[in-house]
Amino acid sequence: MCDQTFMAITFGPCDNCSTTSPLMNIYIKNEPTNYCSFCVEMMACQGLLKGETLASLKNESESLKKKLEEERAKLHDVELHQVAEKIEVVSALSIKTRRVLKGHGNKVLCMDWCKDKRRLVSSSQDGKVIVWDGFTLNKEHAVPMPCTWVMACAYAPSGCAIACGGLDNKCSVYPLSLDKNENLAAKKKSVAMHTNYLSGCTFTNSDMQILTSSGDGTCALWDVESGQLLQSFHGHTADVLSLDLAPSETGNTFVSGGCDKKANVWDMRSGQNVQSFETHESDINCVKYYPSGDAFASASDDATCRLYDLRADREVAVYQKDSIIFGVSSLDFSLSGRLLFGGYNDYTINIWDVLKGNRVSMLFGHENRVSTVKVSPDGTSVCSASWDNTLRIWA
Amino acid sequence: SKEAGKKDNSTRYSLLASLSCSSTNTVVEMQNPSSGVKGAEQKLNVTTIPHVIAGETHTPIRVKVIKQEAQAFATMLVAYGYIYPLQNHKKLVMCNDASLYRFQTPYFWPTQKWVAEDTDYAIYLAKRNIRKKGMLEPYEQAHYNHLHEWLNHKWDFIVMQATEQYKVARERKKPDRVVFDCQERAYWIVNRPPRYTHSAMDYGPDRLIDPSADQVKGQYRHTHTHTHTHTEWRRLRILLEMVKYITNYKNHDPFLAPCLPSNPWQTESDAYWNLNTRRVDVPTKMRVERWSFSLFELLSDLRGRDDFKIFLKKEFSGENLAFWEAAEEMKWGTASSMSTKAEAIFKTFLAPGAPRWINIDGRTMGLTVKGLDHPHRYVLDAAQTHVFMLMKKDTFFRYLKSPVYKDIQKKALNPEPHNFSDSQVEQNARNRGMGIHPIILWQQEEEERAKAAIASAPVDVKAVMSKIDRKK
Repeated sequence: MCDQTFMAITFGPCDNCSTTSPLMNIYIKNEPTNYCSFCVEMMACQGLLKGETLASLKNESESLKKKLEEERAKLHDVELHQVAEKIEVVSALSIKTRRVLKGHGNKVLCMDWCKDKRRLVSSSQDGKVIVWDGFTLNKEHAVPMPCTWVMACAYAPSGCAIACGGLDNKCSVYPLSLDKNENLAAKKKSVAMHTNYLSGCTFTNSDMQILTSSGDGTCALWDVESGQLLQSFHGHTADVLSLDLAPSETGNTFVSGGCDKKANVWDMRSGQNVQSFETHESDINCVKYYPSGDAFASASDDATCRLYDLRADREVAVYQKDSIIFGVSSLDFSLSGRLLFGGYNDYTINIWDVLKGNRVSMLFGHENRVSTVKVSPDGTSVCSASWDNTLRIWA
Repeated sequence: SKEAGKKDNSTRYSLLASLSCSSTNTVVEMQNPSSGVKGAEQKLNVTTIPHVIAGETHTPIRVKVIKQEAQAFATMLVAYGYIYPLQNHKKLVMCNDASLYRFQTPYFWPTQKWVAEDTDYAIYLAKRNIRKKGMLEPYEQAHYNHLHEWLNHKWDFIVMQATEQYKVARERKKPDRVVFDCQERAYWIVNRPPRYTHSAMDYGPDRLIDPSADQVKGQYRHTHTHTHTHTEWRRLRILLEMVKYITNYKNHDPFLAPCLPSNPWQTESDAYWNLNTRRVDVPTKMRVERWSFSLFELLSDLRGRDDFKIFLKKEFSGENLAFWEAAEEMKWGTASSMSTKAEAIFKTFLAPGAPRWINIDGRTMGLTVKGLDHPHRYVLDAAQTHVFMLMKKDTFFRYLKSPVYKDIQKKALNPEPHNFSDSQVEQNARNRGMGIHPIILWQQEEEERAKAAIASAPVDVKAVMSKIDRKK
């Protein structure tokens, strides 16, 4: 978490003008105060503090400016891979297929790991959602959905439920059971309702809320128990294809990427779009936070993966190669954030060195495009889902 | 799809656009008589077919690539129909052996200008029927019957076209005829794939962006939002922090350093997971080390949080963490529970004289209490942040220096790395552990939580008094 001032969502009388309005918690000379946004602006624009004259302030600003220019000149064009020059290279990876999960009758579109690091849920074009124990290859549940193209699925943090949706424009939650023969479809709960296809869904830090992204260009936060819409997020000008929740202690932001080539960062509390990045040349298929939460990566049909730093507010690396011409559908980071796994439409998975920017390895085996790539919660393996009807677990 | 001729939708457009330049250039270069792939003549029945290349020789492409990558790229060329296999003609992959391939004629290359229409397919199938009755495969026969039914109004036209094409073909020389037949067949395998095969031409559901909108290719804007006042000189610091994070976690990343005792996916032994369960008595050294990386790590690992609570109990300062946990419960809880939770939290932590009163600054306290009149899930945000910062900047570092932490560091396990032979790994695979089902674990957790809640609940003095009264 970086040292930014936080906006306290409080409502009350302003310490300066006494009007009742939303207040910002700020510090003036180390004293915490609460000003309304208007007073904050006024104060920031005026405000000669005691003992300062206009001339002294001007001198101070000039010297600061000079210092800034000097520093800037020193750091002109510093790129991530230059900073990482002294770091040792990644030693040769020997990653093999450890499991092939067969059972879907058609393209596997999405998968998600359970927090127990071995179970996973996958969804397919034929409308089936399967819960597997990846370690033993047991199929624990098979849920038939009423629609085809189930493009999104997610495992609840407790491990007691799954969520999925697709062309039905909805996201439904199914509580799981210890009884293999129980009909899970009977307990189905419709939570999210969009006006177009559901492209992505994820539970937040508990089983009670779901965040969804949709082809209707919006993202939304829902209360699972009541199906109530808690917050909606408007700003994309085309289909939103992917979203990811920030792994930070505040847990208040998420990033989304869509067909408008934009990756937007949102504040879950206010529904505001706080940051936006547009450097891709084509649809963004997948976005994923860096493990520290200070950066995120995006995968696009323009055959590149890009890394954006949230505090620097810019793109800091591009992962591309002349020989890679097919779009990237999905990506994920290894536990330390050093490796970036990308699933491509040419049936392969490319592994990139996040710091140095080069490709360190490739994984072959799928017989059609790779739709989803996810590293397991403890980082011990990576699972890939493909349009060749199978999933593979690599380690 | 039936609407293939209707409009050229955007996803298909972008799919073919990604093929365009690089693939066609490569394929043209591969056929260069001097610098390209070497072809040969092949005897097929009674004719020889020129310009056939064996699968193994597909590698010499100008870009430096590893063998497997070349194979993957060549498979793409086969999947999209730039090259077609002569033998196993329905399997569109490049095999790294002596099986034979030919370059497809540019007329049949995938292109956005000419969509493979049902009418064309009907003509093709009709033509093959004319040539020799019963030569259609079952899936082709099914297509034929279907097309005959719904293109019935055009059927005379289709039969006429098919007959004309058939007549023209007969006038060609035999080798040319055989080649053209192969090319045409390959084209239709790509565009009308047989059942149960995977096709590269699949592109999923339509995306709803307007395909006729201007494609802003090569021009991209870099948007700075300027909502924060970040300055350039912080960039270096930020990049260095990223490097530092990766260096810290390097030994904890199973892809970069071996996990002890072994990676379950590699050795089929789930010992690693058993040693790292939620409520394990003695954690591993790696796990304890990770707790020291940040307060966030310590709190995210519930076993670490337990240890932190032991320390806080000794310091009689457990209320901060308890409040933080309660605020988390509120933030991520159901919408209907907001008011009850708000009331409970106020009574326990914020009310004057509350049993677990938290010491936050007057302003935050004032605002929070006021906000609780109309509670919403983020009403405790300011207070929670304040408490978290207190713990992060002070309590956390004291914990790391405390006897509690040093003690667990000493006790922590350092498992010996496994050294299984191949047969032992096979043995492990036969005896794979089932682990405990997450639902059972969750039920156990709920029980523990209920117990803890009772233990730390504020005593309702009035209720106790009335109970005593009733007993008298």
